[in-house]
Amino acid sequence: MSFRHRLRRDWPLLLMVLPVVVLLGVFHYFPTLGNVIAFQDYSPYAGIRGSDFIGFANFSRMFSEPAFWKAVANTLSITTVQLIFFFPIPIALALLLNSVLSARIRGLIQGVVYLPHFFSWVLVVSLFQQMIGGAGLLAQTLRDHGHSAVDLMTKPDTFILLVTAQSVWKDAGWGMIVFLAALSTINPALYEAAAADGANRWRRLWHITLPALRPVIVLLLILRLGDALTVGFEQFILQRSAVGGGAAEVLDTYVYYQGLLVGDFGYGAAAGLFKGVVGLVLVLAANRFAHLVGEQGVYSKS
Amino acid sequence: MTARAVWEEEPTAVGRVGKPVVLALIALAVAFPLYVVVVTSLSTTEAVTRAGGLVVIPRELTIAAYVQLLSGGVVTRALVISVGITLVGTAFSLGITVLAAYGLSRPGSLFHRPLLFVVLLTFLFGPGIIPSYLVVNSLGLIDHYASLILPAAISGFNLIVMRSFFMGIPGELIDSARIDGAGEFAILRRVVLPLSKAVVAVVGLFYAVGYWNAFFNALLYINDNSKWPLQMVLRTYIVQQQPLPTGAGGVASGVGLGLQAAPGLAIKMAIVVIAIVPVLLVYPFIQRHFQKGVIIGAVKG
Repeated sequence: MSFRHRLRRDWPLLLMVLPVVVLLGVFHYFPTLGNVIAFQDYSPYAGIRGSDFIGFANFSRMFSEPAFWKAVANTLSITTVQLIFFFPIPIALALLLNSVLSARIRGLIQGVVYLPHFFSWVLVVSLFQQMIGGAGLLAQTLRDHGHSAVDLMTKPDTFILLVTAQSVWKDAGWGMIVFLAALSTINPALYEAAAADGANRWRRLWHITLPALRPVIVLLLILRLGDALTVGFEQFILQRSAVGGGAAEVLDTYVYYQGLLVGDFGYGAAAGLFKGVVGLVLVLAANRFAHLVGEQGVYSKS
Repeated sequence: MTARAVWEEEPTAVGRVGKPVVLALIALAVAFPLYVVVVTSLSTTEAVTRAGGLVVIPRELTIAAYVQLLSGGVVTRALVISVGITLVGTAFSLGITVLAAYGLSRPGSLFHRPLLFVVLLTFLFGPGIIPSYLVVNSLGLIDHYASLILPAAISGFNLIVMRSFFMGIPGELIDSARIDGAGEFAILRRVVLPLSKAVVAVVGLFYAVGYWNAFFNALLYINDNSKWPLQMVLRTYIVQQQPLPTGAGGVASGVGLGLQAAPGLAIKMAIVVIAIVPVLLVYPFIQRHFQKGVIIGAVKG
């Protein structure tokens, strides 16, 4: 079929896609190109065209900046802690819920644990503050019983556990969905056969349930590793002033403060670009790895 | 009681007691903070003072805090702004997402692969805060409500979810409509959309929640605090515990809220509740579609 014939046939479809393509062009692809200011001594008055190119000067300055490496270290340690403490929880939750026989109770609990996923980070931080903050319920109860009050929201030492707890509270239930779906596809006849062969409940969990979950677990694990530099943004911006930059400065907040608040746009863009490029490489590598171990990966070659 | 499979063992005593306890604790961990916040927001000043802060056991209930907050002032204005942004933004996002999802869902159509690639590529990287800010700034959108809608208007994930759903609609239905003389827009409106209410509802909810919860775009793009959406008010007043600005740019604790006296804890908690309520209102209607929607979204490409 000729191009003109296809164009005459498909122009309404192209028209339908147009608004989205324009929006993505203006607010995604165009700013992506705008990252060239990372290589400039950018001045807002001169603009991109008027500013001088200075090569990798922003980057070399960044790499010699202890505050930048502190942000990298914070980001990576938060990723690690979340991987250890957050990642297994949705799996455990799904297994537990899947073993509940009553469909009504199952649905009720699901409805409750999904809910916080739809709350904003501002709201989640507010609620945590009211529960375990300096003027919160925990401190209040401790004071009432003659103990000294604690403020878990402003301690830099335990900040990493605090943000992990917040992530668990907000998203563990939501993370459970994929595992529940995988569990629902397991053929019950497998369990029956295993039981007939004398496998007790733990053996059935080990030999049937967990192998069925393995593809999903591997995939999500790889995805998480690919996203290692992204630990969430709002959560840290919101709490940075309470615990100080020493514990709460991650790469994203570093970009925000150095670039936007200080007004050092070229430098901030360099830090952002560093994060973006390393992130992209990690995601591509993770996806390649997922294909290698025989899983579907983030995107399949369509 | 639901039947247990014949081959399954009776639960041990530990399991019989432990499981309900764990489940109850999990549900409580989510519900308890919400409960405390709601009860405190409904308490009188005296009840809050007597409890020494947050109220757990409800006594002397009143809706005074809400009456005060909603009778004009910073919170009322922020609420109106947030509701407006959410309604307008959701309608806009949903509209162009439906169009694009259908436009990309007909196999073999012209440019369908490269256009799909343009959408999928957005999953891999974000443009970065600084360049995004500069673009929004150069478009003159700073302090404009459009800056809260346009940059966040398209979620590639939502688009792909919807496209996957559309692709599952039998091609015969679409072909027969075409034979009857329907154009693509008519097919979308008369055939595809009526079959897709569930996915439109889920994607609409995702967009709506996104707009309602949006905080970061407001932080970046809205400097004029008389244009703050609710999340910014929540952040300033609850998280940072600063007094709220009045519309004129000055700072006043009671006056700005439309209050006579300095606002107490009940008022603060009422602001939190106001931020939660819309989510709670739409949640039950769409909850049953989640699982399906999210699983569809997992099958990309």
